[in-house]
Amino acid sequence: MEVSLLLRRTGFGTTGPEIEAATGRGYEPTVEALLNPGPDPGVTATPPPDLSGEPARPPGPDDKQARATYAKQLRSRSAALTLWWLDRMVRAEQPLVERLTFTWHGHWATSVQKVRSPAMMLRQNETLRSLGRGDFRELARAMARDPALLVWLDGQKNKKGRPNENLARELMELFTLGVGHYSETDVREAARALTGWRVDRAHATAAPVPGGHDDSSKTVLGVTGDLDDRSLVDLLTARPESAAFVATRLWTRHGSAALPADTLRRLVAAYGPGRDVTALLRALFLDPAFRADRSSLVASPVEYVVGVLRALHVPVPRDGRPGRALLGTLNALGQVPFRPPSVGGWPSGIAWLSTAATKERLTFAGAVARKADLDPVARSKDRPEAAAYLLGVDTWTDRTLAALKDAAADPVRLVTLALVSPEYLVR
Amino acid sequence: MDTLTRRKFLLASGVTGAAALAVGASTVGWREIAGRATADPLPADANVLVLVTLYGGNDGLGTVVPYADGAYHDARPDLAYGEDEVLALDDQLGLNPAMKGFKSLWDAKRLAIVRGVGYPKPDHSHFRSMDIWQSGSPDHPANTGWIGRWLDATRPDPLRVVSVGATLPPLAVGTKAAGVALPLTEFAAPTGPIGAGVRQLAAADPADPPSQAMAARATGTLLSATAAFGPPLDAASGSSDHTDDPSAGGQSGLGRQLEIVSRCVKAGAPTQVYAVSLGGFDTHADEKGTQSRLLGELDSAVTGFLADMDKDARGSKVVVAIYSEFGRRVAANASQGTDHGTAGPLLVAGHPVRGGFYGDQPSLTSLDAGDLKVTTDFRSVYGTLLEQVLDTEAGRVLDGTRPTLDFL
Repeated sequence: MEVSLLLRRTGFGTTGPEIEAATGRGYEPTVEALLNPGPDPGVTATPPPDLSGEPARPPGPDDKQARATYAKQLRSRSAALTLWWLDRMVRAEQPLVERLTFTWHGHWATSVQKVRSPAMMLRQNETLRSLGRGDFRELARAMARDPALLVWLDGQKNKKGRPNENLARELMELFTLGVGHYSETDVREAARALTGWRVDRAHATAAPVPGGHDDSSKTVLGVTGDLDDRSLVDLLTARPESAAFVATRLWTRHGSAALPADTLRRLVAAYGPGRDVTALLRALFLDPAFRADRSSLVASPVEYVVGVLRALHVPVPRDGRPGRALLGTLNALGQVPFRPPSVGGWPSGIAWLSTAATKERLTFAGAVARKADLDPVARSKDRPEAAAYLLGVDTWTDRTLAALKDAAADPVRLVTLALVSPEYLVR
Repeated sequence: MDTLTRRKFLLASGVTGAAALAVGASTVGWREIAGRATADPLPADANVLVLVTLYGGNDGLGTVVPYADGAYHDARPDLAYGEDEVLALDDQLGLNPAMKGFKSLWDAKRLAIVRGVGYPKPDHSHFRSMDIWQSGSPDHPANTGWIGRWLDATRPDPLRVVSVGATLPPLAVGTKAAGVALPLTEFAAPTGPIGAGVRQLAAADPADPPSQAMAARATGTLLSATAAFGPPLDAASGSSDHTDDPSAGGQSGLGRQLEIVSRCVKAGAPTQVYAVSLGGFDTHADEKGTQSRLLGELDSAVTGFLADMDKDARGSKVVVAIYSEFGRRVAANASQGTDHGTAGPLLVAGHPVRGGFYGDQPSLTSLDAGDLKVTTDFRSVYGTLLEQVLDTEAGRVLDGTRPTLDFL
């Protein structure tokens, strides 16, 4: 049972065959396999979309036709990007990489709604994926220069003389330290350290503005010097509060609700002076508090939707009406990749249990169940048990078992109900 | 986990609002509201408070503009409004040009402007400052909201506090009860065999771990909270590509939210406090256009709502209060915007309101590290609303009460 929990919290749901394979391998070897993914045919099969050739922004407000064309291009490129990532999540055979990339996306929460460049969002996504399992400082260094993040938090408008504090504040509050571990003066000084960057929309890149950086002395958290983005990130990520902050964030998304103090100590120790995210995750998955937990994390909408499609082998529609419908489902559930509601990211846990979401999940589950090949359930003598195996559910409560038995004559109805059951939703 | 740690934890993980569900908050539908409106309507003489939260930190100096102050023009050469642009209230202050409806309310003496509102030791974090405003507790962390504690202190019936939108704001969370969230779109309960199955899944099972039990309960709410009251509202109209900066949270479509409040009030819903919100005020860059568009939306939504309320017998009892988590820095930055600041004006409108200015206008020259000094503690405003609108002694809800004001 602890192996199935591990698989659910490192991927997007799981299935009976996956649980069997991991059980055969053993818990610790499964953790190592998750942390050391080899070549993944599902990844190879889902190359990112070509988003080069960023459409030119319309010159002014007067040309309504040009504005409408631009908005339409933006919508369709944005949809292509989001559906690609969902497809990658569904087809990846070793899903931890995508799951962790999604965690980092919620951490460095950036929305295409303001950035208005799917190409920059894709670039950020690739950065989160390639640097998200190593030294957290490397990730933070790259993010401080990430074009999409610069646009999102007005970093490219942060100029010598009259700085814009947006990025500096969130870099400390939400990305590296957590609220309460810096002063207002630190924010103002850090903003000066971050001056002098511009974004090239046509190429989705960021570069220093010659002579644009405020190179006078600054003092942040007691460190004085001509701080720039690099040295600022280095000093922030070296703070002990930063280690606890990163550990807490990863526990919230992959561990459980409450974080025991001794677990936090172990996670911070594993993260160590090298800020090693993979070592932290290993410690997290091997921690007694993680292994002892029972189902307590509510699947986020993305985890839920991707998990359903994975388990039932239903492909992600990459365009057209079906593609729009899938994005509509995620929108109604309150979580569309590349569109977090604020720089604070998405909520987690019981916040996803709203009445409206229950209704939306039911509609989605029914539609997917009708598309899926449910033969393995239909052929089984014990259909509720076959559904549990299909969806990687450990055991049904008597309540759910009774509901599924009553629906057993109709595999589509049975699987739909299984997909909206509390047992499937809480992992 | 001690309170402080828990609070930090909630903030860090972006789940502040989720605390609500732990005490049994839920979403309801029209049927439940309508049922109660019929069986147990709000007494005709009861006051109603509508709280409008502006997310992102609304720039107070661009809302109630000190147009005659040279220091204002010096601090914001590209952002300042001139005398010929503002809607002058007196020879010093004028409303943002987009606030024509509020100007009419002012002229009718139904708009109170409380100036320089904030709290001691201002916090410049969106999330933390909003938490302080919604908890009403600047001195020490609290896991409850000020309206939630009002519920606790009076009658802990969730339907007395309704928030319009998908999630419940922390202000509506108490210990004994929390308000309810009324979704913007209506939905029908599943019927037929699948409906029967869903009904079975909503039952509690002794083997459920806590989160699983909550999932079952949420399923149950779907069944009890659906079906129609009046014609269904339109699905949320395409706000997906609007350009207001969403980076500090909040909803769009304030007009629609207030339309729902209007329907509840007219129906006699047993609700005394409504919460609605508008996001996008985090104007670090290109502030002028964005803020004036948002204030225009606020203006038409609120004045339209009050005009609608005028046509209803219960409308004369409605008070609207509008606040944001902070104002903005006095000096503009180099990107035609302003960074996070401190004090700001708080607007109170409605029939029972005594129009005019309350509290002192903060000085633009005697600043606190570039920020306005607070002249009015927000607990003075909350206290006034509690005592005059909600008939509750302020000390039962707020600790550290302040003198009340005369705007009601």
